[in-house]
Amino acid sequence: HFYSKKNRFWGGAGIVGAQVPVGAGLAFADKYLNKGAESIPISVAMYGDGAANQGQIWEAANMSKLWNLPVVFLCENNQYGMGTSAERSSANTEYFKQGGVIIPGLKVDGMDALAVKKAMQFAKEYCGGGNGPMYMEMKTYRYHGHSMSDPGITYRNREEVSEMRKTKDCIELVKSRLMEAGWATEAELKEKEKEVRAEVARALEEAKAGHEPRAELLDRV
Amino acid sequence: KKWANMALSGLLVRSGRFSLSKCGQNASLAAYLTQAKRMASALTYVPETAPSDFGETAKMNLFQSINSAMDIALANDPTAVIFGEDVAFGGVFRCTIGLADKYGRDRVFNTPLCEQGIAGFGIGMAVMGATAIAEIQFADYIYPAFDQIVNEAAKYRYRSGNLFDCGKLTIRAPCGAVGHGALYHSQSPEAFFAHVPGIKVVIPRGPIQAKGLLLACIKDDNPCIFLEPKILYRAAVEQVPAGDYTLPLTSAEVVVEGADVTLVAWGTQVQVLRDVCNMAQEKLGVSCELIDLRTIMPWDSDTVIKSVTKTGRLLVAHEAPLTGGFAAEIASTVQNECFLNLEAPVERVCGYDTPFPHIFEPFYMPDKWRCFEAVKKLINY
Repeated sequence: HFYSKKNRFWGGAGIVGAQVPVGAGLAFADKYLNKGAESIPISVAMYGDGAANQGQIWEAANMSKLWNLPVVFLCENNQYGMGTSAERSSANTEYFKQGGVIIPGLKVDGMDALAVKKAMQFAKEYCGGGNGPMYMEMKTYRYHGHSMSDPGITYRNREEVSEMRKTKDCIELVKSRLMEAGWATEAELKEKEKEVRAEVARALEEAKAGHEPRAELLDRV
Repeated sequence: KKWANMALSGLLVRSGRFSLSKCGQNASLAAYLTQAKRMASALTYVPETAPSDFGETAKMNLFQSINSAMDIALANDPTAVIFGEDVAFGGVFRCTIGLADKYGRDRVFNTPLCEQGIAGFGIGMAVMGATAIAEIQFADYIYPAFDQIVNEAAKYRYRSGNLFDCGKLTIRAPCGAVGHGALYHSQSPEAFFAHVPGIKVVIPRGPIQAKGLLLACIKDDNPCIFLEPKILYRAAVEQVPAGDYTLPLTSAEVVVEGADVTLVAWGTQVQVLRDVCNMAQEKLGVSCELIDLRTIMPWDSDTVIKSVTKTGRLLVAHEAPLTGGFAAEIASTVQNECFLNLEAPVERVCGYDTPFPHIFEPFYMPDKWRCFEAVKKLINY
């Protein structure tokens, strides 16, 4: 779970759903500390389709609408909550509609980088402009298992996974768009991929060669 | 260097650590940490034998013995149901494997990701007279359900003057360290629930114990929380009675008889203290009496008091943090009941008062070396 104070990234929560009331709190502080500003910084509280069924998300949404907070309730719907498909966990799988009749929601193709960018721009303007909270659903897919202990194929079949990879992969989509528009050739893209692979390999070696915790930390253990 | 070699060449027990301050800055920290990482998730489980009057046995590990208990519960009780996150395909630890196929998806079913809902739903079912076996995927996730358990389940009978009760509710959750669980997959929350009159809290040390105690919880007239040490799911294997049997609740068991020091623990920690018994005998000539508490609440204080009256020395060990951990309750009762028999103050070896760490887990755990040091303190007081 990463954190970055500089980039206003308040990090991941271990207990899914718990971060959403916290996100509403961040938005409240932003609104309070930026009174009178033309555009308020917004808060984006992200959770999955599994966590969408946590009661505390509704509690946060209710407070946010009541107090007009600049927060986006962003559901990354990858269609499986660990081993349970969205249809089997949620009576309503249209997660962008969870705000009912009072909080608007936007459904976004989460596999399309440009759509995601446009949606976030819209959210920044909408929430930052004092319009209160909104829901957003990014429809996407998880290729691997939920964690190292989950093979990922006991609750869905392999064909589904490979079909998704073939037809809906977000990086493939960017590549094909670049090539169709004539902005890059296949050779250039392959070269880029090689560079990226090398960078990852370098980072891995650096991490492995990293130093252990200082010995003083281990005194009087 | 001598300390380093001793520890590094030691038995492959989960806790092969030593006090780093002893070996000084010159010890090979890199070598130590490599070894510690390998040993951190290794565990030597000593299998036990079931009482012969429990009938035929079959080889089962912990998740299989728990599976067997639930199989029997569903077979004998047509109102029994099992529900929780991802239980239908077998569960993340395979405890419910095969049960949905055998008993149908209306009796073994998945819930959405909502612990508060799961607990409340389970209470409702139990109050109506159905046997509700709820699974919380990791004990670390149980806190959204805390209000339901504390304010509803534990108080239903009392507040309704015995008109209603949710005795038919059993909540199961995997607990404890597993070597790589970190903050949210390693917790031992028994102390939180011990503080609530109206529920029972039970933790087994192995497969034979788990099956009997779980069946006892399911049949018990009170709502029960059954915490399963997840590191033992595959590591603990025994010849477990195949049929229906129960083991008594609120009954601690003397696992190893001894004369000089009383050791008390539950769950995985009982295995760690087994090693400490052997170490104490070999290195100090000290005979330890090891007690598995089994039921944390209501706990069998008689057995512990009887033992400490005999030995005069007590060590309680648990993975949960020291402050407010259940060892504090035991220590308090013992000093009250055995004051004049005590030869030394009660020792507690527990997790530190920090969130359960990730890479620092080997240092956090109440391993056999820390416990052995405590035994020496008791003897030398």
